[in-house]
Amino acid sequence: MPAIEQLVWGILLLPLISAAGITLFGLRRPRLAGVLSVGAAAGVAVLSLLVFTGTPFGEWWECSAEWLSVGELNVPVALRFDPLSLTMGLIVAWVSFVIHVYSLGYMRGDRGFGRYFAGLSLFLFSMLLIVLAGNLLVLFIGWELVGVSSYLLIGFWYQRPAAADASKKAFLLNRLGDFGFLVGLLLVWSKTGTVDISELECKLALDPGLLGSLATAAGLLIFCGVLGKSAQFPLHVWLPDAMEGPTPVSALIHAATMVAAGVYLLCRVFFLLALPGSAALELIAWVGAFTALLAAVIATQQDDIKRILAYSTLSQLGYMVMAVGASSVSQPPVAAMYHLSTHACFKALLFLGAGSVICAVHHEQNIWRMGALGKKMPVTFVTFLIAALALAGVPPLSGFFSKESILASVLESNVAARHALFAVAVAVAALTGFYMTRLVAVTFFGPERTQIAGQARESGMILTIPLLILAVPSAFAGFWGIDSAYASQFKGAAVEHAGVFGRIAAAFTHSPVATLWGLGAAIVGIVTGLAVYWNAATDRLPEKLGLVAGWARNRFYFDELYAALNEATHEFLSRLADGVDRWVISGIMVRGVHGSIELAGRLLRLTQTGNIQIHAVLLGAGIAILLLIVLRH
Amino acid sequence: MRVFVALVLQRPVSGSGTLKSKESAVNIGSSIEPVVFAVFAVLTLVAGFLVVANPISRNPVTSAMFLVLTILSVAGLFVLLGAFFLAAVQVLVYAGAVIVLFLFVVMVWGGDGVERGKLRKFAMVVGGASLAVFLTLLGGALTGAGQDTKVGLTEGGARSLGELLINRHLLAFELMALMLLAAVIGSVFLGRKDNK
Amino acid sequence: MTVGLNHYLAVSGLLFCIGLAGVLFRRNLLVVYMCIEMMLAAASLALVAFSRFRGDLDGQVLALLVISVAAAEVAVGLALIVAVCRRGLKPTADELAGMKL
Repeated sequence: MPAIEQLVWGILLLPLISAAGITLFGLRRPRLAGVLSVGAAAGVAVLSLLVFTGTPFGEWWECSAEWLSVGELNVPVALRFDPLSLTMGLIVAWVSFVIHVYSLGYMRGDRGFGRYFAGLSLFLFSMLLIVLAGNLLVLFIGWELVGVSSYLLIGFWYQRPAAADASKKAFLLNRLGDFGFLVGLLLVWSKTGTVDISELECKLALDPGLLGSLATAAGLLIFCGVLGKSAQFPLHVWLPDAMEGPTPVSALIHAATMVAAGVYLLCRVFFLLALPGSAALELIAWVGAFTALLAAVIATQQDDIKRILAYSTLSQLGYMVMAVGASSVSQPPVAAMYHLSTHACFKALLFLGAGSVICAVHHEQNIWRMGALGKKMPVTFVTFLIAALALAGVPPLSGFFSKESILASVLESNVAARHALFAVAVAVAALTGFYMTRLVAVTFFGPERTQIAGQARESGMILTIPLLILAVPSAFAGFWGIDSAYASQFKGAAVEHAGVFGRIAAAFTHSPVATLWGLGAAIVGIVTGLAVYWNAATDRLPEKLGLVAGWARNRFYFDELYAALNEATHEFLSRLADGVDRWVISGIMVRGVHGSIELAGRLLRLTQTGNIQIHAVLLGAGIAILLLIVLRH
Repeated sequence: MRVFVALVLQRPVSGSGTLKSKESAVNIGSSIEPVVFAVFAVLTLVAGFLVVANPISRNPVTSAMFLVLTILSVAGLFVLLGAFFLAAVQVLVYAGAVIVLFLFVVMVWGGDGVERGKLRKFAMVVGGASLAVFLTLLGGALTGAGQDTKVGLTEGGARSLGELLINRHLLAFELMALMLLAAVIGSVFLGRKDNK
Repeated sequence: MTVGLNHYLAVSGLLFCIGLAGVLFRRNLLVVYMCIEMMLAAASLALVAFSRFRGDLDGQVLALLVISVAAAEVAVGLALIVAVCRRGLKPTADELAGMKL
C-alpha cells in the first residue's frame, strides 16, 4: 500500500511540524498558531481515517525508517498498523481534533495562546508516536514526550503556584514510573535481544520460556510505567492535581492521550504479560481494582467539578487496568480497549462540558456554588447528561456496552479471586452512578445557589459544537463494533459481526449475570444519588457517613501521607548525608588527616625541645643507628 | 708543665728530632714502648674521665686542668707514634692557647661551676644507649681485626709535614688558612660589645 | 708484647666515648666545649696512629688540620659563650632553648 505508506508519515509529521512551527514563529501570533495546530489536528484526523479505512479489516502492516543502530541494537523508527493501533489512533486523532477546536474558543484571549497550541500539538504528536510505535524504544520516546508535554500543559498557567506544583508533581511521578518501564525495557532487550514488538511477539510465541523466571519481573516493571502514566495506585495522586491545567488539556489528558497510553501499553505488550508462569496479570488486576474503588469513593465527596471528573477518570482507568489483569491468552483484553475507547469519547465530552460550565460561571469550579444550570445551558446540559449516563453505564449509551464487557470478562476470568474482583467492579459501577448523579443533580438542577449561577449563559458555538460532535460517539459508539475491531487484533478472541440490535441483544445474552449486576448497580447508584442530592442545598452525605466521608473528602490523606513520607525520607537522607559529611568526610577525612598530621607533629615536637643537649643526644643516637646499619651490613 | 713536656719528649729523644730509621724505632719500641704507651694511655683516659666526671669538684677550672693533662698525654702518644711535630703543635695550641682562652672565659663569666637544671631521663637513656652502641661497635671492630704492628712505620718532623702540606695538600692548607681567618673575624664580631 | 694499631685505636675510641659522654651529660657549656676538644683529640690520635702504621704522613697532615679546626672552633665557640653571657644568660645548655618551637 504505497499510497497509505506515504500518508502515515504525515500523521506523525503534521503535529510535529505544527509544534515546531508555532514555537519558532507563532508564539506571538495567535491566529497563525491556531490555524497551524487545528489544521494539523484536522489533517491527522483525516489521514488516520484514510489509513484506517485503507487497511483491510484484521490485517496489520509496518513501515520503518532506519534511525538508531548501536552494536547489535537496531532500532528503526518503526510504525505498526494493526487493528489495535489503527483504532486507537483513530480515536486519539478525532478526540484530539475536537479538543483542538474547542480550545480555540476556550483559550481565546489568553496571553499564552501560541504556547498552548504548541504544547497541544506536541502532545498529539507524542501520543500518536506511542500508539503507532512498532518497537518499544520508539514507544518509550513517545512515552517520555507525553510526560514532557503534559508537564508543559498542566503548568501552562505557571504564574499560579498550584499549577506549577501540579506540573512538577505529574512530571516527577511519571518519571518514577517511567524508570521502572525503562528498566523493564532493558530487561526484555537483554533477554530477547530485540525491542521490536512483532519480533518480540514471534520470539516469545516460539519460546515462551525465553524470559525465564524474569517474566513476572519484566511484566511488572513495564507495568510500573503504566502506574505512572495511567495514574494507578500508588502513583495516582498526580492526576487530580493535573486539573490545574486548562480544561481542554484536562480533557485531552483524561480522555484520549496520556492516561490512555498506560492501558494501551498493557494491551500492546499483552503477550508479554500473559506469558505462562508470569504472575504479573493477577497483580495488575488487583492494583486496578483497588484504584477503581479508591478513586470512586473519593469522587463521591469532591466539590470541584473537575476533580470529580478526575477521580472518575482514575476510577475508570482502574477499571480498564483491572480488565487487562483479568484477561488471559484465551480471553484477550478487548474489553479494556473497548472501554478505553468509549471512555475517551464521553470523558472528553464531560470535561469539555465542564469547561463550558466553568466558563459560564466565571471560572467557579465548586459545584455547590452552581445549580439550576440545566435550563440556562441546554446544549451543555444535554450533552453532559448523555456523557454522564454513558459513564454510569446506562443502556443503550456506549458506556453500557464497554462496562458490560469488562464485567463479563472479570466474571469469566482465570484470576483466582474473580468473584471478589467482580464484587469490586460492581461496587465501583454503583459508586460511579452515584457520583455522576450527584454531579449532574447539583450542577444542573436544584436551586441557584449563587448569583453567578443565576447569571450563567450558554457558551458560544465554538464550545458547543465540539460537545455535540462528541455526544454522537458517546451515545452510539456501542453499536459500531469497536470491540470487534480490537478483537481482530488478538488470536483467540471471537470476532462478532452483528448488527445494531444484535449487539444490544448480545450484551444481555453473552453474559447475562454480569450485565444484570452492572445494570442493577448503576440503577442503585443513580437512584441513591437522586435521593440524596435532588434539590439539595448542601451535601448531606457527610452527616450520614461521618468519618468515611471526611476521609473521602480528603482523598484518604494520600497526599499528606506522601508528603510525610517524602519529608521523612528527605529528612533521613539529609541526616544521613549530614552525618556522612560531618563524620566521615569532615571528621575522618579532613579532620582525621589534619589530626593525625598534627598528632605526628606534636609527637615530633616533643623531640624539638630547643635544648641543645637533647639535640646532641639525638645526633649521637642518629650516628649510632647509622653506624649500626652500616657496620652490620 | 714544662717538666711534663720534657718528660714526654725525653723518651723518644734518643733518636733525636729528624727522621729515624725504621729499625731503630722498632728497637727502642720493643724494649720500653709498651710501658710508656701504657702510662700515657692510662693517663689519657683517667684524665679524660676526670674532665667529664670529677667526683670531687664540678668546677670548670678543674675540668680545664684535667683537659690539659689529657692533651699532654695525647701528645705523649703522638711522640710514641713518631709524630713529633704534631705533638709539639698539640701542646702549643691546646695547652698554650686553647686552655688559656678557656680559663679566661671561665674566670670572667662562667666560674660559678653550678650545674643548672637536670638532665632529662629521655636524654639519659638515649645518650647512654648510643654510647653503649659506640662502645660495643668499637670493641667488636678491635677484637675482630688482626693486630697490625709492623707495616710501614713513619715519623713526621716539621720538615716532612711542611713539604707535604705545601705540595700535596696545598688546597687543604689554604682552606685551613681561610677557615682560621673566618674564625678570627667571627669571634671578633661575636665579641663586640654592642652585639646585642 | 708490642704496641699495635689496635691499642692506639682503643685508647682513641675510649677517649672519644668519654668526650661524647661529657657532651651528652654535662650542662656547663664550657665543659661541653672541653669535651668536644677531647673528642677532636681522640680523632687526631686515631689519624696519627693510622698514619704511623700505614707508612705515610697523610694522616698526620689531616690531624694537623683537625687541630687547626679545633682551635678555630674554640675561638668561635668561646666568643659565642661570651655573647651569651653578655645577654645575662648563664652559659649552660638549659638556658639556650631558643631553638624551641
